[in-house]
Amino acid sequence: MNKIMVNLKDVSFNYHTLEGETEALKNISFDVYEGEFVGIIGPSGCGKSTLLSIISGLLKPSYGSVEVNGKIGYMLQKDHLFEWRNIWQNALLGLEIQKSLTEESKKYVEGLLVKYGLGEFKNHYPNQLSGGMRQRAALIRTLALKPDILLLDEAFSALDYQTRLAISDEVYKILKYEQKTAVIVTHDISEAISMCNRIVVLSNRPAHVKKIYDIVLTCEDRTPIGCRKAPEFREYFNSIWKELDVHV
Amino acid sequence: MYEAATPHISKEHREFLKKVKRKNVLIRVTQFALLIVFFATWEIVARYKIVDPFLVSQPSRMLKTMMILSQNGSLFMHIWVTLSETIIGFTLGTVIGMIIAILLWWSDFLSKVAEPYLVVLNSLPKIALGPIFIVWMGNGEAPIITMALAISLIVTIISLQTGFKEVDDEKIKLLKTFGATKMQILTKCILPASIPTIISAIKINIGLSWVGVITGEFLVSKAGLGYLIVYGGQIFKLDLVMTSVLILSILSALMYIFIVYLEKKLIRWR
Ligand SMILES: Nc1ncnc2c1ncn2[C@@H]1O[C@H](COP(=O)(O)OP(=O)(O)O)[C@@H](O)[C@H]1O
Ligand SMILES: [Mg+2]
Repeated sequence: MNKIMVNLKDVSFNYHTLEGETEALKNISFDVYEGEFVGIIGPSGCGKSTLLSIISGLLKPSYGSVEVNGKIGYMLQKDHLFEWRNIWQNALLGLEIQKSLTEESKKYVEGLLVKYGLGEFKNHYPNQLSGGMRQRAALIRTLALKPDILLLDEAFSALDYQTRLAISDEVYKILKYEQKTAVIVTHDISEAISMCNRIVVLSNRPAHVKKIYDIVLTCEDRTPIGCRKAPEFREYFNSIWKELDVHV
Repeated sequence: MYEAATPHISKEHREFLKKVKRKNVLIRVTQFALLIVFFATWEIVARYKIVDPFLVSQPSRMLKTMMILSQNGSLFMHIWVTLSETIIGFTLGTVIGMIIAILLWWSDFLSKVAEPYLVVLNSLPKIALGPIFIVWMGNGEAPIITMALAISLIVTIISLQTGFKEVDDEKIKLLKTFGATKMQILTKCILPASIPTIISAIKINIGLSWVGVITGEFLVSKAGLGYLIVYGGQIFKLDLVMTSVLILSILSALMYIFIVYLEKKLIRWR
């Protein structure tokens, strides 16, 4: 088996506020292997973002243990490009914070921008770019730090449907090409099936692992858009839909 | 989707641009004409004694007053006194206000402690403190500058503090995912994101500093435009009063224009 990149063991987490204690996560255990794309899906407010914050080290679990082997890169729901910085300066933000701006790292970022079609837009400000391009710029800002594991927190949900399909396809290809491991939080079942090797379905709050699906699709074109044509796609969709048990 | 500006402009678009331009010219011309009509009417009604020029003065007499004052050099002295007091008061108010707002952002404890004091100080009419400043600092420029500072400081703190708090938490979370320190969060995100707030605070501050300085000069002074206004009023020389008011409005307008220019320089990304 591949190297274990993330190991969660009986992780629980509680938020403390004046209103009281909120149990967000309860006894969550699973592993993420090198090169794998793991989807996390669950009802809104169940604790998905909390889980990513714990994996990234922003929060410490109340109970249980987290082990991470590698550098983490985090993609938030919106691109959060700083509107007062141009694309180039935005892409360098992480390096700047970590004080690792060198000629070499700058060259690397420059290469990423060119490779992913933003080379000519270096000097543009975020509000001059389309949603898809902004998302790509945000991805490059994350990749600039050469992370091994990417955490995507509903990273495409602010985009319109068409852009979302295109961008998730693109991000998938980029991450595969750069040989990254990814944990992808989404509320879009199709997106999860099309992008991930495994899907962890979480329950309502406090979130615990309801079921883990191994996704095996038979399709020649193993890209998110190509995969949607696979015969197993519907079955997975229906099964996860049932598991999520959505009531309106 | 972003598109580069095309060098070729269609006929229709050129027509449109022309129309916009024509409208802008018309606005400028009307604004200018209004000013001329205003002063001309003033001059005429005063000259033909329709209103008493002793009470409302008269543009030509104001011009003469200006000449006389500038010939003996005292005009520039008075302008300089008021202007320097305003700039010092304004700069102090902005800088000290900013430092305090940053401290309050930095420490939630301090901010909670300070809150009731800020509320009370904000609603207090600062002019009431004038006599105290005079007793403490004498009748030089110090109490006047302090007056300007007192009037602008609290407003600056409160508006900057609100601005800092409005910065998107997710932006801060982003920086934290990079491992940013609190100092880095301040310098890379909070301050640049608050530039629009800072500029609008500066705009308000300029106005308030003028108010502070002129009131200060009303209360105690031996020079300055506020002094000229009070002095002119006491000896019933409305020419002097009106001239000073006119100069004051020109000065404050110039200062405002400078800030708008600064704003354009600083906020290029819009
Ligand atoms: N800082 C916080 N303080 C208190 N409760 C919080 C905080 N952040 C999130 N929560 C609560 O924890 C639960 C899980 O939140 P979150 O992880 O953001 O859910 P999800 O990402 O799955 O929508 C929610 O009920 C939310 O209200
Ligand atoms: Mg969330």
